[in-house]
Amino acid sequence: MDFGLTEDQRQIQSTARELLVARAKPERVREHAEAGTVDLELWAELCELGWPGIAIGEAHGGQGLGRIELSILCEELGRVLAPVPFLGSVLASTLIDHAGSELQRERWLPGLASGELTGAVGTLQGESAELVLGAEQAGVIVLLDGEGAARVLAAADAEITPVASIDPTRPTARVSASADAGEALGGDVAGGADRALVSISSELVGVCDRALEMTVAYVKDRRQFGVPVGSYQAVSHRCAQMLLETEKARATAAYAAWAADAEPESLPEAAAMAKAAAADAAREVTASAIQAHGGIGFTWEADVHWLFKRAQLDAALLGGAKAQRARLAGILADRLGASAPA
Amino acid sequence: MDLTFSPKELAFREELRGWLAENPPEPEPTQGGEDAHYAWRRDWQRRLYDAGWAAPGWPTEYGGRGATPTESAIYFEEIGRARVPFAANTLGLLLGGPTLMVWGTQEQKERYLPPILSAEEIWCQGFSEPEAGSDLASLKTRAVKDPAHPDEWVVTGQKVWTSGAQYSKWCMLVARTDGEAAKHKGLTYFLMDMEQEQVQVRPLRQITGEAEFNELFIEQARIPDANVVGGVGNGWKVALTTLMNERAGLGFALQIRLRQLLDDLVAAAAERGLLDDPRYADALAELHVRCESIRLLAWKGLTDAERYGQPGPEGSLVKWLWSDTNQRLTELAVEIIGPEALSAGSSWSYEFLRARGNTIEGGTTEVLKNIVAERVLGLPRLKVAV
Repeated sequence: MDFGLTEDQRQIQSTARELLVARAKPERVREHAEAGTVDLELWAELCELGWPGIAIGEAHGGQGLGRIELSILCEELGRVLAPVPFLGSVLASTLIDHAGSELQRERWLPGLASGELTGAVGTLQGESAELVLGAEQAGVIVLLDGEGAARVLAAADAEITPVASIDPTRPTARVSASADAGEALGGDVAGGADRALVSISSELVGVCDRALEMTVAYVKDRRQFGVPVGSYQAVSHRCAQMLLETEKARATAAYAAWAADAEPESLPEAAAMAKAAAADAAREVTASAIQAHGGIGFTWEADVHWLFKRAQLDAALLGGAKAQRARLAGILADRLGASAPA
Repeated sequence: MDLTFSPKELAFREELRGWLAENPPEPEPTQGGEDAHYAWRRDWQRRLYDAGWAAPGWPTEYGGRGATPTESAIYFEEIGRARVPFAANTLGLLLGGPTLMVWGTQEQKERYLPPILSAEEIWCQGFSEPEAGSDLASLKTRAVKDPAHPDEWVVTGQKVWTSGAQYSKWCMLVARTDGEAAKHKGLTYFLMDMEQEQVQVRPLRQITGEAEFNELFIEQARIPDANVVGGVGNGWKVALTTLMNERAGLGFALQIRLRQLLDDLVAAAAERGLLDDPRYADALAELHVRCESIRLLAWKGLTDAERYGQPGPEGSLVKWLWSDTNQRLTELAVEIIGPEALSAGSSWSYEFLRARGNTIEGGTTEVLKNIVAERVLGLPRLKVAV
């Protein structure tokens, strides 16, 4: 048993971190967030490096690497809150790759792999899907109906209305489409959705990690009553709790990413656990980050609120913690039924 | 990343599981109280010993199997899964033996290790005192050289939370040998013979009504100089070796027991039709996520240390998360099971009450949070008045 990354995976991680620390500095993220724009320059650079296609097969123009490698990138992009359409795009390519026909894969994956095309995924509630990440810029959209079916459609076939979310680091939109628009994804939609949950969970781990790092640095530095506030246990114990939540999220996300490729029969449970743990962790950890920053944490000037906002959007994406736990309870009940004497 | 076990590890698990299935312990005694229960566990350890399963993690030269840390963890998972008791001399096997292997002289190893393994001599741990709990290094039990017999120490003081003291031959005793030195520096680690009337054992009744632990009253007890472990004045370092071993193996057995308790609770909820009730379903699923997180973090901590020589923050986190989860689980059980879980003598009421100790024993949650804050996150230490 080995939880460590391979040499190649560590290389991907350190390269990604180095690049993003240099290119997605907080001031640049803020600039794009305030202008409501995507960082196209950074996105072009990431596409050049093949990031959007990292987990797409070589036959479709991707790098053919696994879910662990994709999770590494998601985590690093989450850490810096990169204002790029990466997550929406990989969620779309994951669903098309996993649940689409060969024709659908051939039609959409090469563009998504090269980044020429971006994608978006929405969950329909009635007629429309709300706050769909990157929909306005997307060329292809996957709509889940919440009951296990999914459709893929060209963006031109959907009606897309920009609607700002609380998180301006990534643009969002309302998407609606007529019931016969696009084509059904006929394959394993649930398996695709579970893999998508893993990527979201990994992004949330990055958000947690950064929030903790910023908070620890702040409470070491900020002095009140003549001492660093981090020396008070009311503060330091909350930081310890942040680490606990982060490590829970990290361990379950790593397990789910591994299971997606190596032990797919465990994936439904692993993905639901990962998303439940990551969603709760990110909401709690980023809220603690604001609290530990004190008054400054509540200001627009401090960067900690971007993490809090990203956490809320990602936590809700494709089902929040309670929805995942409801699934898990179903899995536990099924297991009990299966083991009970007939 | 590869979260599967190697063929060798799987074979180890299969062999042990097979042996446990074919060699179950005698039924747990229902009469005869604590003494009968202890005799049962001693008998169980002898069977383990005869089959070479008392301490697989010990090196072969000391009678173990030289099992890897992963195999040792598998051993404790299987012990937990089979719902067999812990060996009577668990403190000797997990703490005393490994401490001697690091700090003991050749003579000490030869003299003490074999009877630990065979349960011939039981060990207990004399660390905590009434006024030295989390602040262990402030302990006051004194050991002084007897001027008339310079190869003997005379010890006076009081110890508490000493489980198994009434059955023990040897006590891992930390005492102050230099009152002038800084508090961590004046300590020495001894092996104290419990079979002397200068050592009195008094059972300590706990909130469950039973007495797992004891108090020790030590009045001029005698310890030969040959029973110093790791040198005079070096007791703090030796004690840390003991404490580091405390959580390592047992954690895997406790983790599996938590899993079993949760499985039992899920089944009980289903029987009562509560698994379809979203309030209970949510709480049970949350416990499931925590249980699995504990399993993953425990294995991650162990295998990272084994493979990369660098333990992460998992050790303290696992104990903290486990104790908190066991409390939440047993609290939820009171709601799901109903009156039976609050009836004296029921197993759920026992689990519920016993869980209160989990966040105190083996490092309180508050101390664990301090450790995480200071040593993992590098936060400044609170300056306390001395």
